[in-house]
Amino acid sequence: MKTILYIIQKEFRQIFRNKTMLPILFVMPFLQLIILPFAADFEIKNIRLTIVDMDQSTLSRQLNSHFEASPFFEVTYQLDPGQAADRMQSNDIDLYLEIPSRFEYRLLKEQSAPLHLTIDAINGAKAGVAQAYVQSIVRDFNREVISEWTPQLQPRALAAMGQPVDITFQNWFNPDMDYNTFMVPGILVLLVTMIGGFLSGMNVVKEKEIGTIEQINVTPIRKYQFIIGKLLPFWILALIELAIGMTIGKIIFNIPFVGSIGLIFVFASVYLLLILGLGLLISTFSNTQQQSMFLTWFLMVIFILMSGLFTPIESMPHWAQVLTWFNPIAYFVEVIRMVMLKGSGWADVRGSFISISAFAVVLNALAVWNYRKRS
Amino acid sequence: MSIYINHISKSYGPVKALDDISFEVSKGELFGLIGPDGAGKTTLIRILTTLLVPDAGTARVLDLDPVKEFRKLRPHIGYMPGRFSLYQDLTVLENLNFFATIFGTTIEKNYHLIADIYSQIEPFKNRRAGQLSGGMKQKLALSCAMVHEPEVLILDEPTTGVDAVSRKEFWEMLARLKERGITILVSTPYMDEASLCDRVALIQNGHILQVDSPASIVESYDRPLLGVRAQNTLRLLEDLRHYPLTHTAFPFGDSVHLALTGEQTDGELLDYLQKKGHTELAIEPIAANIEDCFMELMTEKIA
Repeated sequence: MKTILYIIQKEFRQIFRNKTMLPILFVMPFLQLIILPFAADFEIKNIRLTIVDMDQSTLSRQLNSHFEASPFFEVTYQLDPGQAADRMQSNDIDLYLEIPSRFEYRLLKEQSAPLHLTIDAINGAKAGVAQAYVQSIVRDFNREVISEWTPQLQPRALAAMGQPVDITFQNWFNPDMDYNTFMVPGILVLLVTMIGGFLSGMNVVKEKEIGTIEQINVTPIRKYQFIIGKLLPFWILALIELAIGMTIGKIIFNIPFVGSIGLIFVFASVYLLLILGLGLLISTFSNTQQQSMFLTWFLMVIFILMSGLFTPIESMPHWAQVLTWFNPIAYFVEVIRMVMLKGSGWADVRGSFISISAFAVVLNALAVWNYRKRS
Repeated sequence: MSIYINHISKSYGPVKALDDISFEVSKGELFGLIGPDGAGKTTLIRILTTLLVPDAGTARVLDLDPVKEFRKLRPHIGYMPGRFSLYQDLTVLENLNFFATIFGTTIEKNYHLIADIYSQIEPFKNRRAGQLSGGMKQKLALSCAMVHEPEVLILDEPTTGVDAVSRKEFWEMLARLKERGITILVSTPYMDEASLCDRVALIQNGHILQVDSPASIVESYDRPLLGVRAQNTLRLLEDLRHYPLTHTAFPFGDSVHLALTGEQTDGELLDYLQKKGHTELAIEPIAANIEDCFMELMTEKIA
């Protein structure tokens, strides 16, 4: 026990003397936490829309004013659809809407008039959102036209539109659809994962790389003492980072804390054992810090992209969803969001907790088994 | 017997690093393991220090098997790896404290063991190990290897890359440790250091060429040996190697040590060299030193 404490003391000394490690530990994570939620924002605003109004009628102008009133569109006008297409080609606009001539005439006489929408779909997500916005505006316009101009047709027209019932939405747990509320808990998971996964693995490999392991291996230090001594400091540091990160989330982003903070920390402490075990396992395969970093990076990128942090797991193909069962980050991202935003309790996270505990045991066992004091 | 090595072999893939090595080191002996880079010195040392498992053969250190009883053995050996293996970002004192603690002792308790060495670097005890000079690093490494009162001290090329003065000091320290009854096994590529050992083993390409005291090794040298000097040593060496009676010719400083295949008549060599246009010639019979013996042994082995 005394030996372990002494190794831990030595590790902390070395960490706090390391001029590159300190910023990695204490500056970078919080910069990421503060910057990322603002930058990685999926809310789409400022969609550049050009309207080609070839009708120039009262009704077409009324439709135009709907777009201008929307906060999502920056509206410009063109008279020639060819020019609009050119502007889309040169990436000046995201979409254009053609209002054909005789739009008003047909709408009033025939109760139906076509509109043509052309969207730049290079960014699929943005294109989808833009289309949805346009449709919702056109729907509103329809309703308005019917009630204003052809009230006698209203019941029939509404029936024809297939919308006898109006759907209204209420967003639970994140009522304002605030993106930060959604992202900050996930980014907190990334931070502790980085500290635990990268730094712990690198710290063990460093002893190999600079040769100190050679001297250590001849001492009576037991394998478990060395491993605990090397990993525990990062376990402690990562939990401290989580605490600071949650404070920042509360103060800067005003993230709601509906659930139990204690539960998050209990989950995090087991989750970190898993991540440290992963780092240790990687370190047993690597001889230099560079090797261990590349290996960790490779795994991390996959884990992060498939964690449900940015894109919902539910919309992944089935095989990818199966893979996420083995993705520790996915578990923690889900749990921290559930607990922080929804107030989920122990019963709700028990399944995830059991899974990560099992992974932690397996990974650490593999790592210890593969760690050799001699060859 | 402190160290007992019995038919040890170890291969790395197709490379035989050690091929059927056997020798013994007595208690309290200062034993030198001498050989060029790549001879297998480090492999043998890593086997003795429990870091490596041999493919064949057995070893005993302090009557313990480094393979099976490594856990019992580790507290009793002091090991100084060839590469500086202390924490460069910890201070001198912190390093020493660390190694004392993990061996379950304290600096105070064993200060008398390392006082001789440690006192020389104690004025710098708050300096980071990485900022020490090469010689001071060696002293610190030796202190750390000694702080737990080992009975056997195993040093892998401790003087490689250390200046001449520090090398001399280091060997003096080893001599004083030996006086305390500690068994010391030290490897070195420098043949001139052989004469400072009680006994040496000459190792080359994984084979032991000879194990004996430096004096007996020198005595066993039986070829006529001449020291030859000339104005142009490089050309002299070249010409001597083409001399019909030459067995070997090796440069030693500004002279060439020439071993002959048999007795020669007086003046024969002088004539030969003068014909080759050498000036300022000096030829004298010399007694073999340990390096001549090693060169001879190595040449025999290759031939």
